Amino acid sequence: MGSGTRGARAVARTAGAMAAGAVAAVTAARALRGPGRANRSRTAGPDRGDRWQVVTVDRPPERVLPGGRRPEPLRRLGDGVDVALRPAPGGRGTELAARSAGGGPLTGPAAHLVGDDPGLLIRETLRQVKQLAETGELLRPDRSPLDGPARG
Amino acid sequence: MRALCWLGADGLGVREVPDPELRNSSDAIVRVRRSSTCGADLPLLGGRGPSLTVGDVLGHEFLGDVVEVGPGVRRHRVGDRVVVCAVVSCGSCWYCRQGRYACCDNGSTGTAVAEQAWGQPVGGCYGQPRSAGGFAGSHAEYVRVPYADVGAFAVPDPVDDDRAVFASDAVPTGWLGAELGEVCPGDVVAVWGAGAVGQMTAQAALLRGAARVVVIDRYPDRLRSAERHVGAETLDYRVTDVVAELRERSGGRGPDVCVEAVGMAWDGTGSRSLADLFAAAGRAGAVPDRPIAVREAVHACRKGGTVVVLGTFTGFVDTFPLGAVMHKGLTVRSSRQHGQRWIPMLLDRMARGEIDTGHLATHRLPLEQGAHGYDLFRERADGCLRAVFTP
Repeated sequence: MGSGTRGARAVARTAGAMAAGAVAAVTAARALRGPGRANRSRTAGPDRGDRWQVVTVDRPPERVLPGGRRPEPLRRLGDGVDVALRPAPGGRGTELAARSAGGGPLTGPAAHLVGDDPGLLIRETLRQVKQLAETGELLRPDRSPLDGPARG
Repeated sequence: MRALCWLGADGLGVREVPDPELRNSSDAIVRVRRSSTCGADLPLLGGRGPSLTVGDVLGHEFLGDVVEVGPGVRRHRVGDRVVVCAVVSCGSCWYCRQGRYACCDNGSTGTAVAEQAWGQPVGGCYGQPRSAGGFAGSHAEYVRVPYADVGAFAVPDPVDDDRAVFASDAVPTGWLGAELGEVCPGDVVAVWGAGAVGQMTAQAALLRGAARVVVIDRYPDRLRSAERHVGAETLDYRVTDVVAELRERSGGRGPDVCVEAVGMAWDGTGSRSLADLFAAAGRAGAVPDRPIAVREAVHACRKGGTVVVLGTFTGFVDTFPLGAVMHKGLTVRSSRQHGQRWIPMLLDRMARGEIDTGHLATHRLPLEQGAHGYDLFRERADGCLRAVFTP
């Protein structure tokens, strides 16, 4: 692998790989709602998806939900989630919260992705929103031999 | 390219693997000049911690030449000789902005595994199992460096490769030990472990003005190395009552700062405890870590002193002397290293000769002898402090 040929190959591979990382957008049909603390009772036992999952994003609210719109990773969940945000104390940015809409199981496209733990999908999605706001892109793992041959 | 891979029951061997590629705009590709063994690799090879997959490439302490950069890289260009921090961190999250790079929110792609193991995701590391990070190791001809502007640092000309490679991990981890201990002029500092990290901790403590630094180990060649190259006092725990000796050398008080730089010391003997059984229930053959040196550090430390844990522990520990921590008012601190914070300063100190790493690479080997290198390192054979590979 000579360094002289790596540059051109790398540009082509990078462009292809980054395009492949994009996911089709899903229009959000549900307006943002706050995490109404009093409107839900919770019984002991495993979460059924009604707990708010929260990440703190080290950016101001307008950088987390630009124009008040849900960014791509959240749009992917369709109208299956409620989303809320508020400033984090101590100048730590913004607390971004999400949970399955109405406290029930996720619906729509998200229902096919969730598996046994709806919180896991929502947490992962929130982390993606956070990472995009903080670093500008989603960190990708090294290619595994299981991924098949590289394109480009 | 060639890389030193984990081959399951067959151990380690060099295999052809796909070249790394730019996967994010902030990536660089580095052609590896030197890549060192590290004690943190041994739990992986011993089947502890996250499970390796056949073909995983080991190694996280390295330097090399930049041969490609992504469009978002600003600080490096092709041809730069760089040392790369073993911890992968974004430089943009709240933790990174506080200088706590090892706690980075965005440095790993294995967040589900980290969440299960640690409760929260932490910064990434090269050469970990794919399930626990996603970044191939540096025992290879080439390695991908994410967040290259944050984690790669140009090496000053006076610092040669065999010295500079340890600025990746051992030197910043040692610096961390002295920093977490808040070592002050006049302090008595005890360091368990005379390996590379232990010696670098002792050196950092002396640079911060410690009056006495005592390094504890059982390998005579390592103890001699700590005396000769660092200027530390030493104790051989096989022939000395360490706690009594430290008490005597600290005026009866006990050391102000006790640093554990050993990691796991499981020898497979002894009775099985509740923690053993709990761990074994989760995975066949699993046993909890045995923090023997940490226990001794807690007992030796003066009242109100600080115990620092640097060793790589992979899970639960058993029989931890929490009562002594409480009744003596100890502060216990631990972390992986925040090298992005210190590496430029440490490289400058290395260039000026204030930090000496020239003696750490006791065995320089080609990649093809990687399995032999790990045998030497694991067994501390032939005076091996570190086996360093040249791909």
